Amino acid sequence: MHVPDGFLDAPTSLATGVVAVGGVALALRGARRELDDRTAPMAGLVATFVFAAQMINFPVGAGTSGHLMGGALAAVLVGPWTAILCMAVVLLVQGLLMADGGITALGTNITLMGLITVGVGWGVFVVLRRVLPSRISMVAPSAAFAAFVSVPIAALVFTGLFAVGGTAPVDLQAVLIAMLGWHTLIGLGEAAVTGLVVGSVVATRPDLVHGARPFVAARDLEIRVPQVVAP
Amino acid sequence: MSTRPSNRAFFVSFLLVSLLVAGVASYYASAHPDGLNYVAQKTGFIDAETPHQTSDSPFAGYATEGVDDDRLSGGLAGVVGVVVMLGLSTALFWSLRRRGAATEEPAASDEQAHADSRA
Repeated sequence: MHVPDGFLDAPTSLATGVVAVGGVALALRGARRELDDRTAPMAGLVATFVFAAQMINFPVGAGTSGHLMGGALAAVLVGPWTAILCMAVVLLVQGLLMADGGITALGTNITLMGLITVGVGWGVFVVLRRVLPSRISMVAPSAAFAAFVSVPIAALVFTGLFAVGGTAPVDLQAVLIAMLGWHTLIGLGEAAVTGLVVGSVVATRPDLVHGARPFVAARDLEIRVPQVVAP
Repeated sequence: MSTRPSNRAFFVSFLLVSLLVAGVASYYASAHPDGLNYVAQKTGFIDAETPHQTSDSPFAGYATEGVDDDRLSGGLAGVVGVVVMLGLSTALFWSLRRRGAATEEPAASDEQAHADSRA
């Protein structure tokens, strides 16, 4: 759902720009608590994977396609603050290098695909982690469901922005219904990819999954520093 | 836990997946408009889109300027994107990390156990 230049008017784009800058500033502070020598390279790889995965549009019927947004995926793998930064870097590179997503719409896109999908995705995941049985096998399905929810919510927020600052006089109810409908379908793809990727990492290196930390006992954390010998 | 791949093996595999997805699999992606563009077409605001400021980028539209073969052009743009992403994001996250901290709660006795088990 990369918003191009021109869909939203200047005041709305400016407002989402301010929101995005504020969100990224908070994330730059918050991510310091999530990143260490082991998780920093992981975060770089997750951001890179989200960029790659966003190149894969999957068909959702009737001549429409969708691709992974990746906010929930990144949040569960590397933590919500770092995930916001992952999405911001992805959107920056896409906008500047690939001409994907408008430059004046960068704030809008960081708000929608960064702040909203990460915020909703992580929020739903944390609620599920609290209410579901405390087992590591629940991490991937929870991440998948959180990812599913995040996509129509982002579509809903876009429609709200369009209602406030849309540049074309169109039937807003039609936009709302179409955006929610198609993005619910795209959300199923988002859930499938997120469940598969999070499940794969949980199966191989659960210690690298931020959202699985409560289930990974300290003794499972492998510390590959052979020179540490005496206490 | 000795069956787990090392950090290096895991990270290299993860990068390879991204390179394959962006460099090879992307050729097979659906060319249909995405949800937003489709809705914009159907409800009548697609014409509000204005030209992109970076449309003269050598990789605009995930295609490499001057490369005629579609598969190569898209694949090359994907690989360049992956390399740029990896460089930028790793630099950012590496500079933000807590220095010298390997885990949240490093347990000395367990470090000892693992060091011994590998010796």
